[in-house]
Amino acid sequence: MKTTYREALREAIRDAMNRDDRVFLMGEDVGSYGGCYAVSLGLLEEFGQERIRDTPLSESAFVGAGIGAALNGMRPIVEIMTVNFSLLALDQILNNAATLLHMSGGQFPVPLVIRMTTGAGRQLAAQHSHSLEGWYAHIPGLRVLAPATLEDARGMLWPALCDPDPVLIFEHNALYNLSGELADDAGPVDITRAAVRRPGKDVTLITYGGSLAKTLAAADDLAAEGIDAEVIDLRTLRPLDADTFLDSVRRTHHAVVVDEGWRSGSLSAEIAARIAEEALYDLDAPVRRVCSAEVPIPYAKHLEEAALPQPGSIAAAAREVVRGG
Amino acid sequence: MKEHLDLLREMVRIRRFEERCAELYSSGQIRGFLHLYVGEEAVAAGVLSELDPQDAVVSTYRDHGHALARGVPMDAVMAEMFGKATGCSRGRGGSMHLFDATHRFFGGNAIVGGGLPVAAGLALAHVLRGEPRVVACFFGEGAAAEGEFHEVLNLAALWRLPVLFCCENNLYAMGTAFAKEHAAGDLALRASSYGLAAWSVDGMDVLAVKESARRATESIRAGGGPCLLELRTYRFRAHSMYDPERYRDKAEVTQWRHLDPIDRLVEVMRPEFTDDDRAALESEVSVEIDQAVATADAADLEPVADLTRFVTSEVTT
Repeated sequence: MKTTYREALREAIRDAMNRDDRVFLMGEDVGSYGGCYAVSLGLLEEFGQERIRDTPLSESAFVGAGIGAALNGMRPIVEIMTVNFSLLALDQILNNAATLLHMSGGQFPVPLVIRMTTGAGRQLAAQHSHSLEGWYAHIPGLRVLAPATLEDARGMLWPALCDPDPVLIFEHNALYNLSGELADDAGPVDITRAAVRRPGKDVTLITYGGSLAKTLAAADDLAAEGIDAEVIDLRTLRPLDADTFLDSVRRTHHAVVVDEGWRSGSLSAEIAARIAEEALYDLDAPVRRVCSAEVPIPYAKHLEEAALPQPGSIAAAAREVVRGG
Repeated sequence: MKEHLDLLREMVRIRRFEERCAELYSSGQIRGFLHLYVGEEAVAAGVLSELDPQDAVVSTYRDHGHALARGVPMDAVMAEMFGKATGCSRGRGGSMHLFDATHRFFGGNAIVGGGLPVAAGLALAHVLRGEPRVVACFFGEGAAAEGEFHEVLNLAALWRLPVLFCCENNLYAMGTAFAKEHAAGDLALRASSYGLAAWSVDGMDVLAVKESARRATESIRAGGGPCLLELRTYRFRAHSMYDPERYRDKAEVTQWRHLDPIDRLVEVMRPEFTDDDRAALESEVSVEIDQAVATADAADLEPVADLTRFVTSEVTT
């Protein structure tokens, strides 16, 4: 069937609500408004206000309430409008959700799912455009997912709800209108492994989320020049499935990491370090990274585009790695 | 009389436990931060005597009294102080992070205000399942300056969540006096402005605390929405073992010590409750504490090989 990323996310929520009475959705404007990005449109009418709960603008309170409800037998899905707003709930996410199981000696798992929007590309400027999923991927106790395809938008939520521990799902805001074919019987997917989205033999391009489409576009351009790029979609940012990208790097002997986060102290740095630790002698050239410029993401279209990884900059990095610049 | 004796026993257990912890800290057997509850016992004993086993409790970093009054075994609490594998958090929490799933004790939270949102969520789960449960959420008056206090009181009142907010006003947020922290001094009034029932209680009078908790929990169980009790109390000892107490007069402490909740209850119980009865109670508690210390001291440490357990769940199939 023809569908969109937004509709696939909605179908995943609907499916989870039907499968399990303990599941409910809460967040700012998820009900009457239909969700800031219209993901939950129509679900209030279908499931009622007990299970599709509009919250006050109190990120710390409603994220913490999700933690408490999860501790007490429910399976909440909490929506935060954007990753920038999630910083108002960082105390709850780090000090409680990620920590209670360990601090309680294993007594209190927190089966909570938090969905939020991330990323730039819609001229929303510096308080609605950042990619901070790499920060969350730093935290032991969390699972961090980044669906980049219709299949993952549809399939990641249910296994996330089945995980006994907290899971954060990052939806890139440029993907909501992504459309395409999705199998009628599409359902839960594996949330532990990275995926090879395009096989190739000359260079490994490692990316996730909103940068996947740009990276695949770069791979097409490179193919026209005779460079056969393999594209890895990380899918799970924590715990990282390093085996998949290390296997690829050992075959292609070249690696480029594409990450919309900032370069310094980042997820891309972690991946480059893993390659250096595990596969340095398989490399024919140093690892390259294509990241966002280290600025707060600006409003003006040309500045925003210049700040972000683009197919051109990704292809250029790959050429340099393969051909030595 | 039995009810009074139970309250007295609970307060004495907490008082003597804390005093022993201070000694063990001085001798190096307990480390980390240690925040003692001495002086505030009437709050834990009074409030928690009104809770049922199926209710839930959320506590703070000053959590020994809450844990003991909730029924967490003293052996497990003391073993946690010692960082032992038999501790109620398997040595991973320490003094500030006592947990016990069996007693629905959802832990000491050491981020001031951080437990309030969790309490709201525990209560939300009860609402969604239609269960007439109460979640008792303890915090200090310092937390009333945190954003989470305001967010959660609004949310709890809005959704009529069955939370009993227990604000232990001991007049100092660590070393910052109440008057230096709050522009408006009436915390019950502040809470009631969010649309929930709130009143102040003499937190040095365990019978008054119990009576207020009874009224509040009855109202909450009947669907009346959350309540807040401002429990006016005082800690007789320093904030933690590192605190030189530069911020308050000794005379002030002495004045509050005259309101000692244990002595006050004993006065109420006389003449039926005799000096011999008191001595017997002290002896009984002393035996329990000696036993807890001996057990904790002899217990095994968690193996270092298990360091990274409980970061994620161990799924058994």
